[in-house]
This record gives sequence, structure tokens and C-alpha cells, in this order.
Amino acid sequence: MASHNTMKCGDFRTTYEKDSTIFPTPFSRKMVLASIAFLLIMPIFADSYVLNLSIQIGYYAVAALGLNILVGFTGQISLGHAAFFGFGAFASAWINNSTGIPVFFSIPLAGLLTMAVGLMFGVPAGRIKGLYLAIATLASQYILEDFFGRAGWFTGGPYGAMANPVSIFGFAFDSDQSFFYIVLFWLVLSFVLGANLMRSRDGRALVAVRDHYLSAEIMGINLTKYRIMSFGISSFFAGIGGALFGHYLGFISAEGFNILLSIQFLAMIIIGGLGSVMGSLMGVIFMVLLPEVMEFAAGGLRDVFPSLAHSMTYLKQMSIGIAIILFLIFEPDGLAHRWRMTKAYWKLYPFSY
Amino acid sequence: MTDDVLLDVKNIALSFGGVRALKDVSFSVKKGEVFSIIGPNGAGKTSMLNCISGRYQPNEGQIIYKGKEMIGLKPNQRCELGMGRTFQNLALFNHMTVLENIMVGRHHQLKNNALSGSLYWFTGAQKEELAHRREVEEIIDFLEITHIRKSVAGTLSYGLRKRVELARAVALKPDMILLDEPMAGMNLEEKEDMARYVIDLNEEWGMTVIMIEHDMGVVMDISNRVMVLDFGKKIAMGTPEEVMANPYVKSAYLGEEIELDQDDLNAEANA
Ligand SMILES: Nc1ncnc2c1ncn2[C@@H]1O[C@H](COP(=O)(O)OP(=O)(O)OP(=O)(O)O)[C@@H](O)[C@H]1O
Ligand SMILES: [Mg+2]
Repeated sequence: MASHNTMKCGDFRTTYEKDSTIFPTPFSRKMVLASIAFLLIMPIFADSYVLNLSIQIGYYAVAALGLNILVGFTGQISLGHAAFFGFGAFASAWINNSTGIPVFFSIPLAGLLTMAVGLMFGVPAGRIKGLYLAIATLASQYILEDFFGRAGWFTGGPYGAMANPVSIFGFAFDSDQSFFYIVLFWLVLSFVLGANLMRSRDGRALVAVRDHYLSAEIMGINLTKYRIMSFGISSFFAGIGGALFGHYLGFISAEGFNILLSIQFLAMIIIGGLGSVMGSLMGVIFMVLLPEVMEFAAGGLRDVFPSLAHSMTYLKQMSIGIAIILFLIFEPDGLAHRWRMTKAYWKLYPFSY
Repeated sequence: MTDDVLLDVKNIALSFGGVRALKDVSFSVKKGEVFSIIGPNGAGKTSMLNCISGRYQPNEGQIIYKGKEMIGLKPNQRCELGMGRTFQNLALFNHMTVLENIMVGRHHQLKNNALSGSLYWFTGAQKEELAHRREVEEIIDFLEITHIRKSVAGTLSYGLRKRVELARAVALKPDMILLDEPMAGMNLEEKEDMARYVIDLNEEWGMTVIMIEHDMGVVMDISNRVMVLDFGKKIAMGTPEEVMANPYVKSAYLGEEIELDQDDLNAEANA
């Protein structure tokens, strides 16, 4: 939405239909289709390390997309996204374990259940904004964490919950290779749904609420409805992402779904680009790969300076923090923005001023 | 003044703490009229529009639109009943393109929702969006902003933004459109264009227009009736000629020194 218009010269649209596609140019459409084709064959040759990272990127990206719809597109804030992510993980395992509904279907059901919870916690958003809303969402983080601890029937309490692998019609997606496809399916589906939302009525309404809520209301938009709805949509994707996470690990315990993860989700969308569908994915890739790159660099350093070995984890954590801060200073609009600028540069090359 | 009354404003009073922005203002607007509100800075003109469009809740009085009481209805509900407006200080969605801004004006006429919109191709959302897109392009043609329709609204010049805001309000297909200083800060040519648009909206698109404007030339040219506010009070109302001839208007609005008798003033306002 509101992307700078940098089409290729000579690329004229002849119908409104062609003019409102998800992809800004035929080239970017080909790029995305080629990437998906590549991802489809990737499990054949990729090793388990690469697959594991890709799967992580996949489920975090689905959840991050949800948060971006809430924060980036609607201009609200949530410090409780990790709790909804966790709720989705528990919900899908619980639905599957207690009713026998196959995991393939319990994942979307968990998304819907998380959405219902998100709508409930979103109600204050109809009335409050800014810092006050931030605190209210912080409360939802702690209330849900507390719920995870107490509701043994749902989460297994202190023992955690077992989550079965995804299976349908007797076929179990229990290897990294096969689970990769499940995540890819949800990733592509979520991003297509998200992109469509943003070019239709309710997506525009969300952005209108963000950009100028008073005039949005004058344009017939019910502010309360959309502010709460945004929490619902956001939680839906958080729930799907969480469910994928749970069934991938096979075991779910509440500890990981804390405020730290909520803040990491925020970092992902800020780095990727607030209010950009693809930015959500870019930010997740950055945040998942950065520690790996740092680990790699640390390994190299360790060989050169063996005396640094003790402080290595510490240095690694610090450099991740510094990398993020530098990023925010020099690229405040996020990776998606940088990507657009780079494309614009090459399109007009050598006349790019 | 019976059933062709579109808007009936009765005894509106509005105050902010100690500031009494509107004092017992009554007027009615007929279907098909161009009705202007004039008055010096701080007279309460924008406050009046805000009461009509629902941004402010008046402390006293009634606002009857199409025979329905508006007090207690939210701005979005009034919008659905066919009210559109523009703002004195620009209020576009700055990060959206011009086209998207205007499409927001279609909000209450579109039926697709978060679910059907996300499923775009399978639910008819695409078809609906494109149909409205076609109508929006007509508005874009009419207001002569074809060349900027893909530009991000926040990057446009002041004059163009004013025009986009008008386009967005027109997209609502309102029966009554409220314009708060549509020509402020424009050069002569831009003002002439804007006056032409207002006349077209009124005559060809059939909209009833309530307009706040400081440019007396424009007001005199295109208004059917004019109301004058001063310090929150209605001090005169009538055809442009009548209003211009009114000594209190000359005093309040044009700054001429005349001795005023408070009782006369009240009598005049209530006439
Ligand atoms: N939200 C508000 N809070 C406090 N005071 C307000 C508010 N809105 C308007 N006022 C006050 O009400 C009075 C009328 O303001 P209003 O904006 O209606 O004037 P106006 O006739 O539109 O003037 P202008 O020609 O400058 O636009 C002013 O004294 C203003 O300070
Ligand atoms: Mg004003």
C-alpha cells in the first residue's frame, strides 16, 4: 500500500484489473513465482540446518505479518503478540489431542480460537490509544502467561503439552522435509490473504484509521470496529504461526512465550518495514539469520583469539543488539523501503539521481 | 420551508470550558441549495460544521437531517445517511495514494469485508472493487487530477491536496456536502476551478452544499443564501445581496465602525 510508484518505463496498464494486481510489476510477479518454485524443490537438496532455519522463518513470518497488520497498517501497538503466538500453539495441540481433529485442520481452528481471544483483548483498543493501549496489551501478555500456568487442561501446566505432527489421511509430515511444505503452504496463503486484504475495503479502512482517524470516521469508518478487528486479524495470524511452531517442535511449554518474544516480534516488523506486507517477511529473515551470522563470526574469532571464548555468547548478544540499533538509525523505514529504493535505482540506471 | 428542508439546525449552543463557540444558532438548508457560512476568524463556523458532521456534540439544540435527529449519532453513522465533508486543515490519508484515498470514500458503499476481501478472486470482491474503481476514475476525471492519481497524497502541493480531499468527499456520493474553506490559500486560477467544481457538484451531481468561505467574491457569486456568524452568534442571514446590505455584517465582517444596539442585534438574528 502506498508504495512509491516506480514502474518500468513503457510499462503501461490498459485495464484497471491489471492496474490493481498484488505485484507492482510483471517482473516482481515473476520473481515471487520463481522464488516459490525454488522453495518447492528446496527440501530435496537443502540440509537440515537450512530447512530448520527456513521453517523458523516461515512460522515467525506468519505471526509477524499479523503484528504488522495491527501495528504497521492500523497504527496500534501490541506488547502481547508472543502470548497470542503461544495461545495458538497450545490451542492447536489441545484441539487435536482432545477431539482427535487432524492437525491439518486444528491449525486453522487454533487460528480462529486465537482470533476470538484477540478480539476480546482488543476491546480496550476501541477506547484507548498510544501508551495506554501499550499497557493494556502488556496486561494481555501477563494474563495469558498466567493462564498458561494455571490451565493445566489446556497447556499441560508445568509439564507442557505434547503436539502431534501434522498428519492428514494417514500421511504424517513428521520430517523437516515434509513439514517445510506445511509451513510454506501457510506462509504463501497468509501473505496472499494479507496482500489481498490491503487492496480491498477493510484493509484500506485500517490504514485510514492509522493515517487520520478523525477523517476516517467522517468517511464512514467505524473506528471502534476496525480497531478491535485489527486485533482479531493480528491474533489469527499469531495463532497460525504459533500452531505451526508447536507442531514442529512437538512439545510446547509456556516459558518461551514471554514479553521478550513479543518485543522480538516488534523488532522484526520495524526492521522489515512497518506497513509493508513483504517487509514482515524480510524483517523475520533478518532477525532469524542475524544470530546465525553472529555465531559464525564468533566461531571465526574464537579460532583467532582463544582467550575470548568465555565472553563469546555475551559478545554475540551485544552485537545483535548493536546491529539492530544501527539498522534503526540508518534504515528507519525498514528493509522493504530499502528494497524499493534499490529497485528504483536500477530501473532508472544510469539516470538515477 | 416544509418538506424541501434537508437540514434543520435548531438552537445550537456549544462551549469549550469558558469559550462559548456557538450561542443559540438556528438555520435550515433546503435541498439543492448552496448555503454559505461566513464570519471573522474564530466566529464558530468550523465548530458549526463539526456539530453537523458529528465531531462535536453541542451542549444544546437539535440537528435534524432528512427528518432524523442527528444528536447522538457518530460521524460515521451520519456519513452513511449521506453527509460528506472536507476539512479546513487538510486531513488526507497521507501515506495512501490519491486513488486509495478516494476509494476510502467508497467504504460504506462497498460490501466486501476482511474475509471476502482477503479471498479477493473467489468472493466477488475483485469485481466489486473494480466496479467502484471505475466510478472513482470518473470523479478523478471530473476534478482533473488524473495525472496524480498514483501519487502518495502526502507528497502533493497544498492546492492539489485540497482537490483530492474534495474528490474523496464526492466519492461518498453524499446528498449534502460540507466544505470548510475549500479555496483557502489558492491562487485565482485554482479558486476559479474550485468554484466551478462546487457549481457542478450542486447543479449536475445534485448535491446540497454548505460552504464556509472567506473569499466574498466567490461567496456572492455561487451562494443561494448566506449566514453570518460573529462571536458564535448568527448576526444575519439571507441572499448574498441582503447580507451585504446589512449594517451589522459590515461592522462585524468588514470591520466598519458602526454603533450597534445589542437589542437590535438580537432582533435581527432571530428574524
Ligand atoms: N476543540 C476545541 N477546543 C477548544 N476551543 C475550540 C475548539 N474548537 C474551536 N474552539 C474555539 O471556538 C471558537 C470558534 O472556533 P472555530 O474554529 O469554529 O472558528 P472559525 O469560525 O472556523 O474560524 P476560522 O475562520 O479561523 O476558521 C474559537 O474561539 C476557538 O478557539
Ligand atoms: Mg474554521
